Amino acid sequence: MAMATTIKLTVNGKPQTLQVDDPSMPLLYALRDELGLHGFHFGCGLAQCGACTVHYYGEALRSCVMPVSAVAGAEIVTLEGLGTPDKPHPLQQAFIDEQAAQCGYCINGMIMQAAAFLRTTKRPTEDQVRQALAGNLCKCGTHVRILRAVMRAAEKMA
Amino acid sequence: MLDTPLARRVLLKAGGALVVTFGFAPRALDAQTARSTDKTLSADEVGGFIAIDGQGQVTLYSGKVELGTGVFTAITQIAAEELSVPLARVRTIQGDTQLTPDQGPTYASLSIQNGGTQIRRAAATAREALLDQAAGRLGVTKAELVARDGSVAVRDGSGSLSYAELVGGRQLTMKMNLAAPLKDPKVYTIVGTAVPRLDIPAKVFGTFNFVHDVKLPGMLHARMVHPGGAKAKLVSFSDAACRKIPGYLRAVRQGDFLAVVATNEWAAIRASGVIVAKWSDWAGLPEQAQLFEYVRNSKVDRSDVFQSSGDSAEALKRAGKTLQATYQLAMNTHGSIGPSCAVADFKKGQLTVWTPSQASHLLRLQLATMLQLKPENVRCIYVEGAGCYGRNGSDDCSSEAALISKAMGKPVRLQWMRQDEHGWDPKGPPVLMDYRAGVDAEGHIAAWESDIFMPERPMRRSGVTLLAAELADLPKFGPPTAPLHNIGLGVPYSLPNNKLTAHWLVDTPLPAAWIRAPGRMQNTFGNESFLDEIAAATGVDPFEIRLRYLKDPRGLELLERLRQFAKWQPRGATPRDGGPVARGRGVSYCKYELVRTYVGVVADVTVERKSSQIKVERVWVVHDCGQIINPDGLRNQIEGNVVQTVSRSLIEELTFSRSAVTSLNWGSYPILTFPNVPEVFIELIDRPAELLWGAGEPTTSVIPSAIANAVFDATGARLRSVPFRPATVLTALAAVPR
Repeated sequence: MAMATTIKLTVNGKPQTLQVDDPSMPLLYALRDELGLHGFHFGCGLAQCGACTVHYYGEALRSCVMPVSAVAGAEIVTLEGLGTPDKPHPLQQAFIDEQAAQCGYCINGMIMQAAAFLRTTKRPTEDQVRQALAGNLCKCGTHVRILRAVMRAAEKMA
Repeated sequence: MLDTPLARRVLLKAGGALVVTFGFAPRALDAQTARSTDKTLSADEVGGFIAIDGQGQVTLYSGKVELGTGVFTAITQIAAEELSVPLARVRTIQGDTQLTPDQGPTYASLSIQNGGTQIRRAAATAREALLDQAAGRLGVTKAELVARDGSVAVRDGSGSLSYAELVGGRQLTMKMNLAAPLKDPKVYTIVGTAVPRLDIPAKVFGTFNFVHDVKLPGMLHARMVHPGGAKAKLVSFSDAACRKIPGYLRAVRQGDFLAVVATNEWAAIRASGVIVAKWSDWAGLPEQAQLFEYVRNSKVDRSDVFQSSGDSAEALKRAGKTLQATYQLAMNTHGSIGPSCAVADFKKGQLTVWTPSQASHLLRLQLATMLQLKPENVRCIYVEGAGCYGRNGSDDCSSEAALISKAMGKPVRLQWMRQDEHGWDPKGPPVLMDYRAGVDAEGHIAAWESDIFMPERPMRRSGVTLLAAELADLPKFGPPTAPLHNIGLGVPYSLPNNKLTAHWLVDTPLPAAWIRAPGRMQNTFGNESFLDEIAAATGVDPFEIRLRYLKDPRGLELLERLRQFAKWQPRGATPRDGGPVARGRGVSYCKYELVRTYVGVVADVTVERKSSQIKVERVWVVHDCGQIINPDGLRNQIEGNVVQTVSRSLIEELTFSRSAVTSLNWGSYPILTFPNVPEVFIELIDRPAELLWGAGEPTTSVIPSAIANAVFDATGARLRSVPFRPATVLTALAAVPR
């Protein structure tokens, strides 16, 4: 049997040390199964839908395909670390204000992708938001509200 | 009536189990508690639905569950309103076969309409009993009392008793009183308001517990190794390579059922990737290109006439002008964004399953049959999964988890991978429809006949066969002759000589199940497209022809409001745009199942001639589902219906080889994405004094035909085959007479 590998990384501001059997294990399983976080979800395992999105130094990263070894030493933020009920991120507040969820399974990806986008693009047009979220899938058809929520947050953050 | 002591200890133990499910979790039920708690499950008793504890906290037990549609919040609103307690004082437990009455599966747009109505009656009965009790204790007449804010008060302010004081920790054992007076909607403060959904904050802060997040102590992880062909047999397998993976435990095989089990999730996934399984060659599927010939030639089990007036055959013969058309709709997958997941714990002849099933009570019977257990030894506890839009893979995954847990003697979490969900959820079946109409000398419809060919099995109330029972060849639940759902096929118009015949097919290419608005979406696509064809052929405006044959005042009002809302301009039958990007509008209308929710839509589309790409730009909806419980929740549902069905109309199509499904992920089964999502404008017609009807599906029904009619308006091309992908559009454009 192979020896476990030690991987250190920072998650939601806290240093973490993981022992993994397989360094090629995607980050998703390390965060969910080792650290017990679950704001992000397994959707496809193919980086096609975005449900698993986390932040890697503030950029959107699909955790379902990224080997945990590739993010050793990195700063990762998950939806749980983006904001809290006491201190919500403007996007989280906007998603509540617009009631922008149906089943809510994809919503992590929508918020995390949009948060990364709004860091670099202030006051986007709706078309820019549509393009920024083009790779995030929702099957409930919540898009109309998600767009409204992102535009609302963008206004707040500008 | 309020005198049976509430077995609070048992109840709290059982109820408490639900809230500590995550992270630690309950032990599986022991033999004693699995048989029963003291809480009744009867839907005929108030206590089946409602308990009020010593602090006045209300617990609502709902058999209908939250599938992402807002039902959880809406049903809580209904109960709080009718009981006259603040919303925050109601805690709702849903879909637990040991705690919640069987209110039927959460489908068919019946959760508010039937489930909500039942709960409203339970709450009204409870409130009346509390008033009676208070009248006795306060020595006043009932007429002098009012229920408000969790108390019964004398109107003159001379006294009051809280519900906690009145119930005093006793069960509400009174029978449901169907004659109990209901609150006057004029005094509603909770129903009819846009209460924010109770589940959304946890979903945006990442603290919500989906079924994927359920953990039990000592829980193992499994992955399925589904067959290489839809009905292929497992010849042999070798898990030699799996044994090199740390954490791998073993394979579980039973017949054609093959799963791998490990102590951790990633090890199970790796094992499922390296196990070598040899499957028999099986190639029993039709050629995809000949799917509708296959449907046309399928054995018809039985034909039912659903709608009939006059003598359509004779009228067709006499008609001066006849039209005919065939419409077809491809197979769909449910396409849940999160694949199915379940946690099963089989111990000492008792099975507990945490499941995202729409139908925990039905699943319980199916699992009991499959594993030859008494139903009372099976408990299904609903935990939300990703949106399912019908009978997706959830129940199958639950059945597989149960079988693996039984084999391992340990709790097992099984999550499907993407290819399992796309490949093995039961499919929305292909549907074929033939239409014929006769038009008289004045251009009026003199005859209308339609024949719809669709599979019967998923329309039966015994549900869809569990995949584990299929693969492992275990006993299957449900008589094949269980009653059919009445899905109200037919046209919502008064036509003189009209007949709809449904031909129930024995076979489907792949196992079939319901997907949002099953049968109704297909039937409405045919109805509203064909009516549009007649309008064009007779030179009548599409709105006018609908108004001409509609005799229902609510329907007429709705269409009139839609005409104004969408600023519809009358037009003739000629296409109005010959440029590179053609623009058009289409209208569609239905009265769901001919007996409930009214909905009409106008769709604005563009068709890029060069690429044969359709874009739905805007959709205008007017919707009347009677009494509205939560107007924002309703809008959310309508928007979802529109966007999801634009996706089904334009893009979604299952692909398959002769052996198996080949559209196994979002690359091969694409769905609508943000750049192509239409703007949606909604006008709600609220009728607080009317019955409350469903909204989960009706808008879905009208979308494909509204788009097809708009494309005809734009280009003169008639789309009769869903989805309207570029090759279909190109073919239709090429057929337009120049």
